[in-house]
Amino acid sequence: MPIKEELYFVPPAKLRIDRVSKSFATRSGTLQALDQISLKINEGDFICLVGPSGCGKSTLLNIIAGLEKPDSGETLMDGKPVTGPGRERMVMFQEPALFPWLDVLKNVLFGLKLKPNLNNKERREVAQFYLRLVGLEEFAHANIHELSGGMKQRAALARCLAPNPRVLLMDEPFAALDALTREQLYGDIQRIWAERKKTIVFVTHNVREAACLGNRVVLFSPHPGRVREEFRIDLPHPRDINSVELAKYASRITRALKGYENSPGTEMAE
Amino acid sequence: MKRVLSSIIFFVALVAIWHFVVLTGWKPRVLLPDPFAVGEYLKASLMDGTIFQASKVTLWRLFTGYGIGIILGIPLGMLTAKFRFIEDTVGVLALGLQTLPSVCWVPLGIMWFGQTEATMLFVVIMGSLWSVTISTDNGIRNVPPIFARAARTMGAKQFYTWTRVILPASAPFILSGMKQGWAFAWRSLMAAEIFVPILTGFGLGQVLQYGRDLNAMDQVIGVMLVIVIIGLVVDKVLFSPIERLLHRRWGTGKA
Ligand SMILES: Nc1ncnc2c1ncn2[C@@H]1O[C@H](COP(=O)(O)OP(=O)(O)O)[C@@H](O)[C@H]1O
Ligand SMILES: [Mg+2]
Repeated sequence: MPIKEELYFVPPAKLRIDRVSKSFATRSGTLQALDQISLKINEGDFICLVGPSGCGKSTLLNIIAGLEKPDSGETLMDGKPVTGPGRERMVMFQEPALFPWLDVLKNVLFGLKLKPNLNNKERREVAQFYLRLVGLEEFAHANIHELSGGMKQRAALARCLAPNPRVLLMDEPFAALDALTREQLYGDIQRIWAERKKTIVFVTHNVREAACLGNRVVLFSPHPGRVREEFRIDLPHPRDINSVELAKYASRITRALKGYENSPGTEMAE
Repeated sequence: MKRVLSSIIFFVALVAIWHFVVLTGWKPRVLLPDPFAVGEYLKASLMDGTIFQASKVTLWRLFTGYGIGIILGIPLGMLTAKFRFIEDTVGVLALGLQTLPSVCWVPLGIMWFGQTEATMLFVVIMGSLWSVTISTDNGIRNVPPIFARAARTMGAKQFYTWTRVILPASAPFILSGMKQGWAFAWRSLMAAEIFVPILTGFGLGQVLQYGRDLNAMDQVIGVMLVIVIIGLVVDKVLFSPIERLLHRRWGTGKA
């Protein structure tokens, strides 16, 4: 298997979320986490899902990943229903979820080991390629606990990218980092999105972050989790989180979010 | 180097104190021999092969029984962690039997297996099995669920997830259970060897008991030293390297 092909050729996928609902049984009755969510995500979209804590963002991401099943509705990737987790949709969680018994390189190799059509030498080359991409080639043999929070998330990103997925699902991956590290990672993820041509679904509760990264920002409201409104961010990438235009978008989005809090249960405000 | 030196000085001082106590005549020499007498005994019994033979018998029992205990204990712990029904049955049994000092199995072992190796293995297995089972169970329950989720997104199936993620993630727990199981097994084996003459082999415990019967305290103390040294060596050779590896990986323990 030519390694060039493994590294370069994979078109991003499109996703269709079709009337997905999900509820959880809790002690105080059933909780409607997601209510008839429909979304169309195009090839190569960088779509940010924004909403307050508890509005079902993680649940939706897990459903797209195939880690959870919706009660009704379905998710389609390129027209085919998602039935379980798969390498073409990789997830990056808020905690890095790196395996402490493996070094950085072996963590990245973990997903590649399960990929057929590659020999071990090629796997190592692929892993090293992605470590370079996230700027961790010097730390290939470091233990996980020796990495800073930002480096851990870079390693987790490399591990997600290594199987060359067509969709990247990111669940508040930078929420636990300090502001400076986060800004660096905003730059990195935009560069990687452009270079690697992925469809990215990015969950956050940080409005500025969403406006900085996404070409689309979708607002959710809680109880039950619903899609309320969508914004297109027509600014060229790479974007600077501190730019003035971005602040304008962010304040519009914030105003919209505040609006739902004051009028619970109202329908799409558009 | 400095640490080795301080160890040496400490033990030389200890032997000196021992010798001094003997010189004061606190106990007759038959009951408290001086270090040189014990040294003589050890030298002689090393030369004629007694100690070597007895250690071989004892270590065979220990490692065979302990090995079986681990081989059974880890899968059993996986089962109790995975299935509620097994947790409520075998899990409770394991918890109960772990509190039972394993030397309590000796009478039953003799009734069932007679004065044979099987009795000794039985005692060692009962000493190590439950600790390993419980710590494996515990370790698995402490694995962050996100590890398994991450593995699944990377294409890992059940078996792969268990062998490559859940078991390695539980390694620190399993190791501590193995150390505890080792300690239980070693102690109960010694007790069993001292109190039960086994016809099929002459272990260290029996040599020690023999020394008592012969009123040869140099032999008793000599064998005790051998037992201590074996314990130390196993700890340093078997467990310490694994522990260091885990500490290095997880970033736990001393810096
Ligand atoms: N496994 C679960 N069991 C019960 N309730 C859950 C479960 N997962 C999520 N929830 C509930 O569903 C709602 C949405 O959760 P989540 O998707 O994590 O929201 P978000 O990621 O937007 O903060 C929350 O109220 C949460 O408490
Ligand atoms: Mg969440």
